[in-house]
Amino acid sequence: MKDAFGTPQSLLVLGGTSEIGLATARRLIARRTRTVWLAGRPSPALESAAASLRGLRADVTVRTVPFDALDTAAHEEALGKVFTEGDIDMVLLAFGVLGDQARDEAAPAAAVLVAQTNYTGAVSAGLVCGNALQAQGHGSLVVLSSAAAERARRANFLYGSSKAGLDAFAQGLGDALHGTGVHVMVVRPGFVRTRMTAGLADAPLATTPEAVAFAIEQGLRRRAETVWVPGALRVVMSVLRHTPRPLFRRLPL
Amino acid sequence: MSDTRLITHFGEPDDAADKPLERRKCGDTVASMPDADTHIAPQTAPVTPTEPVTGWGRTAPTVARVLRPRSHEEAVAAVRDCGDRGGIARGLGRAYGDAAQNAGGSVLDMTGLDRIRAIDADAGVVVCDAGVSLHRLMEVLLPLGWFVPVTPGTRYVTVGGAIGADIHGKNHHVSGSFSRHVRAFELLTADGAIRTVLPGTDLFDATTGGMGLTGVILSATVQLLPVETSLMCVDTERAADLDDLMARLTANDHGYRYSVAWIDLLARGAATGRAVLTRGDHAPYEALPRRARRAPLAFRPGRLPGAPAFVPEGLLSRTTVGLFNELWYRRAPRHRTGELQRLSAYFHPLDGVPHWNRVYGRGGFVQYQFVVGYGHEDALRRIVRRIARRGCPSFLAVLKRFGEGDPGWLSFPMPGWTLALDIPAGLSGLGAFLDELDEEVADAGGRVYLAKDSRLGPDALRAMYPRLPEFLALRAELDPRSVFRSDLARRLGLLGP
Repeated sequence: MKDAFGTPQSLLVLGGTSEIGLATARRLIARRTRTVWLAGRPSPALESAAASLRGLRADVTVRTVPFDALDTAAHEEALGKVFTEGDIDMVLLAFGVLGDQARDEAAPAAAVLVAQTNYTGAVSAGLVCGNALQAQGHGSLVVLSSAAAERARRANFLYGSSKAGLDAFAQGLGDALHGTGVHVMVVRPGFVRTRMTAGLADAPLATTPEAVAFAIEQGLRRRAETVWVPGALRVVMSVLRHTPRPLFRRLPL
Repeated sequence: MSDTRLITHFGEPDDAADKPLERRKCGDTVASMPDADTHIAPQTAPVTPTEPVTGWGRTAPTVARVLRPRSHEEAVAAVRDCGDRGGIARGLGRAYGDAAQNAGGSVLDMTGLDRIRAIDADAGVVVCDAGVSLHRLMEVLLPLGWFVPVTPGTRYVTVGGAIGADIHGKNHHVSGSFSRHVRAFELLTADGAIRTVLPGTDLFDATTGGMGLTGVILSATVQLLPVETSLMCVDTERAADLDDLMARLTANDHGYRYSVAWIDLLARGAATGRAVLTRGDHAPYEALPRRARRAPLAFRPGRLPGAPAFVPEGLLSRTTVGLFNELWYRRAPRHRTGELQRLSAYFHPLDGVPHWNRVYGRGGFVQYQFVVGYGHEDALRRIVRRIARRGCPSFLAVLKRFGEGDPGWLSFPMPGWTLALDIPAGLSGLGAFLDELDEEVADAGGRVYLAKDSRLGPDALRAMYPRLPEFLALRAELDPRSVFRSDLARRLGLLGP
C-alpha cells in the first residue's frame, strides 16, 4: 500500500535491467519498498540486477519474472502471475530500445522492432497492468516516455515516433483510469546518460538515471500526471514544438 | 443496575422487527404499493458503483464500493457480500489517513445507522447506533444536562469510530479515553454473528483502538458526564518556552478537567516551544451571568462558509504559518482566569469551518501525533527542537499530558506527553524526516496514533505496540479469511503475507 507520500511498498519493473528502472528501485527501497519484481528476458544481467537490489537491505524481497516486450501473447499470463501473489503498488514501465537511426532507416525490419518494443509491447503490457491495478483499486503506473516524444526530429524520428505513440497511449490510459484509483504518470526524460546512450555525445540538459528516479519519487508524492526531467525541458520542448517546420528542420538537433 | 437493563434490551429481537416498520411509516408509499418487490430487488443484488475514498488528510485516495447499510440486517448482508478484498466500517471520515479506506474492496458507510435508541436521563446512559455522531449526541443530550464523556477536537466523529480509534480528548489526564466510558457495544463479526461485548473481555480490548479490524460496531452503551451549563470556564496563560510549558502543565494540570496547550513549533532559539495553555471545566450554573441563565444548556454552534474546493498548493508556507503563529501567540492573554467560552469554541474551533482540511490544497496534509512516557522528557525536547529547526509549517500543534492508559491492545494513550502536529504532505523530504521521529519515539518507548497516521511502516508499528501479537492472534481466530481489511491494515502488514 502506498503511504501519504505515494511511496510504494511493492514495485514491478517492466524492463528489469533498465538503468532508470533500477535507480528508481534503489531509491524506493531506501524508503518503504520491500517487494520488487524485475520483469525481463531471463539473462545473467537480470539476475545480477536482482542480486544488486537484494544487497541493499536484508528485508527486501526481489524476484524476477520472464517477460519479453515483443512476446505480447504471453504478457497476460506472465504479468497476471505477479499480481496474484499480492498487490502491486507501482508498476514502472521502463523497457525500450533506442535503435540505430541511420542503420534502421535502411533496414525497415529493424525499425519495426524498435516500434514493436517501445510501442506495441508497451500497449500490451500497459493494458494488462492497468487492468490488474484497476481490480485492486489502487496503484501507480509510471510510464517512461521521452522528451523525444514531444516532436519527431530528423536525427531520431524512429525512436521518437515510437515514444510519441507510447506517450499518447499512456495519457489516454491515464484518462481512462481516472477515478478508478489508478494513477498513470508519464515521465519524459531528456538525454539520460546510460548504457543505451553510451557513445553518443551529451545533449544539452543531459541527466542521469538517479535524477530521473528522484523526479519519479517526487511525482508520486504529488500524484503528478506528467513529469519532465529535468524540469526545464518542459519549456524547451514547448518552444521546439511550436517552432515552424522550415526552421525546425534547420536546427542542429 | 440500569446497565444490565439496557444491555439486555440489546438482545431483544424488537430491534430487528421495528426497523422495517419504521421504514414503512416514513418511506413514502413504497411499501404499500403492489410492486414493492421491485424495490427490494436492488438490495438483494447490489450493483454498487465504486467511489474514491480518502481520509481527512486527503492523501493516498483509493477506490472502493461504498455500501450504506441502514439497519443491522443490511449491515450483516453488507459484510457477507463485501467481496474478495474485504470490507471496513467508515464513519464520518475524520481519521486523517487510510484507516477507513479499502482499495478495490468494500467500505461500509455506517452513518446511515444513526438512531439514538435509549436515553436514561437519570443515570446518564445512552444507547445509540454506531453511526450517531458526537455532534448529534450533544444536540440531544445537552438540554438534558448530559455531555459526552470524551470529545476529540471535532464533534463530527461517530460513536463507532470513537470506539474503533479509542479516541481521547482534553480530559484524558482525568477521564481516560472513550472506551473507559463504554459499558457495552454490539459487534458484527466476520462470521455474521452479532456479539454483545463487555469491558474486561479480550474482544473489547482488541476492538477499542482496533481500527475496525475486529468487526463492525453496530451500537454502543455509553456513560455520560453530567453538566449544569453548556459553557466552559477557561483559564488561559502563556508559556515562554517548552520547559516553562512543561513545568506549568506538570504543576497544576490535575486541578483542571480539561487541559491542552497550543504550541508554536515554528518559534526557534529561546522561544522554542512557546505555547498558550487553555485549561478549564464546564461552567457551573452560578458562574453564568444573569442573561445566560435563562438557557444554560443552549447548544447552537455556528458554522462559517466552508473552505473553497480549490485552494492553491503552498498557501500554508513557513511564512504564512509563522505569521499566524506569531499573531496567535501575541493575541493570547498572558494570564486570564474564569473566561466563559462556548463549548464549541473551546473544544471544536475548527468545526466552525466546514472542510477546513481543504486549505492544504490538493496535496493534502499529514498529522503526526505521538506520545512518550513520563521520564522521557528529553526525547520530547529533542523532537520539538528538530521540528522547529526543520521549520515544519504547523499551525494546529498541541501538547497535552496523558493520564493512565486504557486496556485496549492498540489503544494509543499511555501516561506521558503527547504532541500532535499537522504538516502539508508536499513538504520535501517529509517522509524520511517523520521516519527519524518514529525512531526517536520508539526508542523512548512511545508510540504514534493510528487514527492520525497515514505513513507509518510495519516495523515501526511492531516496535511501538507491544500487544500487537495478541491482537493479530485474536484476529486470526475471529476473522481467519480477513473479511475486515483496510488500506491501513495493508500498509502496516496486519493482513499476513
